[in-house]
Amino acid sequence: MKDLNMLLAGFGGQGVLFAGKVAAYAGLIEGRELSWLPSYGPEMRGGTANCSVCLSDEPIGSPLVTNPNVLIAMNRPSLEKFVNDVEPGGVILLDSSLIEIPVEREDVTVCRVPASKIAEENGLSGLANMVLMGKLFEVVGFCKEETLDAALQKCIPARKAAMLDLNRKAIALGRAS
Amino acid sequence: MAEKVLMKGNEALAEAAIQAGCRHFFGYPITPQTELAAYMAKRMPKLGGTYLQAESELAAVNMVLGAAAAGVRAMTSSSSPGVSLKGEGISYMAGSDLPAVIINVQRGGPGLGGIQPSQADYWQATKALGHGDFQILVFAPSTVQEMVDLVALAFDRADEYRMPAMILADGMLGQMMEPVVLPEAHDVAAHEKPWAASGHKNERKHNIVNSLYLTPNALESLVVERYKRYEIVKANEQRAEEYLVDDADVVVVAYGASSRVARSAVNKAREKGLKAGLIRPITLWPFPVDTLKKAARHVKQFLTVEMSMGQMVDDVRLAVECKVPVSFYGRTGGVIPTPKEVLGEIEKLV
Repeated sequence: MKDLNMLLAGFGGQGVLFAGKVAAYAGLIEGRELSWLPSYGPEMRGGTANCSVCLSDEPIGSPLVTNPNVLIAMNRPSLEKFVNDVEPGGVILLDSSLIEIPVEREDVTVCRVPASKIAEENGLSGLANMVLMGKLFEVVGFCKEETLDAALQKCIPARKAAMLDLNRKAIALGRAS
Repeated sequence: MAEKVLMKGNEALAEAAIQAGCRHFFGYPITPQTELAAYMAKRMPKLGGTYLQAESELAAVNMVLGAAAAGVRAMTSSSSPGVSLKGEGISYMAGSDLPAVIINVQRGGPGLGGIQPSQADYWQATKALGHGDFQILVFAPSTVQEMVDLVALAFDRADEYRMPAMILADGMLGQMMEPVVLPEAHDVAAHEKPWAASGHKNERKHNIVNSLYLTPNALESLVVERYKRYEIVKANEQRAEEYLVDDADVVVVAYGASSRVARSAVNKAREKGLKAGLIRPITLWPFPVDTLKKAARHVKQFLTVEMSMGQMVDDVRLAVECKVPVSFYGRTGGVIPTPKEVLGEIEKLV
């Protein structure tokens, strides 16, 4: 994909900002132009949270993604809010364990991944975000394989090193889903 | 070249200030600039510097005044409502010819307003930050890298011209992460401050830093002298970026976050074959009058885009002496305009 204009959205605490950060670091490692913009404020305390990530080979204009070519929706309100903003030809990845409604669009690729279920069944509760990132990598290939792992390492601080392998496992499960 | 790191705008501002030799930070928390103060709180003690969370914005700005009077590089940061409170101290600094850096990560107003990004403090920053005849330098970054670069410049120019300097950012720039190359630590000693009230050790006459002058003629001549300095600043320090302006019929004028939206819109307009360009003021005071005047010779329409009800647009009209029509598009209250909206405005003008 030439330019990634991604919107990640879900409840606060589902890790949309973290998942966005992994994509941003992948861009940094590959020397691309990039921006990462979180929503901030009351959303972070239990409401909806979202995050815009742009990767490009040209300087980034507006870092606020209003018409994403990739939407990662981790709950129903997020899907309902953004589904019609996705560019024709774009990709919608959604956590089908939490979102039961259909996507009423013919002009986008829809990937329904039971990410929360996959995570929980594998003892990776809370890592549905990384399951979806694994799937995103398979579908969109926004960076090289080794970059993805390097980005993950950048995002996990040394004191939480134990989390690295769990995140890797979640990504692998997402890729295989 | 130094390695690029990924940093939030707020944190990058703080690190850049440290690299510019700032070891005295006085603040009071407010969204969306709090990461800046938090970063300073972590870093300053390790550097032997001072981080102090004051009891109020008023106290913080007056601590900056005191530190600046002693000749050190000092900084405070806040967001819109907090900057209003700091206005009094900034007027006193201007009246005392003191250099310092003030950061405003703007949010929606008036009043407590909201916490989302805004550019509604343009008038405040460039025209009415406090009482009395005075100006401060106002820099408007549009990327995290530029935030870093302009902090260093703000400290240097503040010292050079002995006046406060502001970085006028907004919640979008403060909260976003972008790749950034951090600067090398630079030489603060280059700016000697023989006027500083830093202890005379019986070796020289004592210095007085003051803004109170009860004799009208004395006060007038001081202000007039200061305004002569402002003329030098206006002649030397105007900065703006021109993007696709040379052959443009419609030129968007926008700074900071809205200039990024405008750049996206200009790119879309060009894809459609429309001759659009962008002038992005980097200094808001002094306003880049010369760049606009030059463009006005061939541009057919100017469109000012701001995250406000229309403030900088007045300065654009003054700069082009109303010889070319200047229209305005803005969103306010924390709403960020979309490239599509701005493109629509460009299309109306072509």
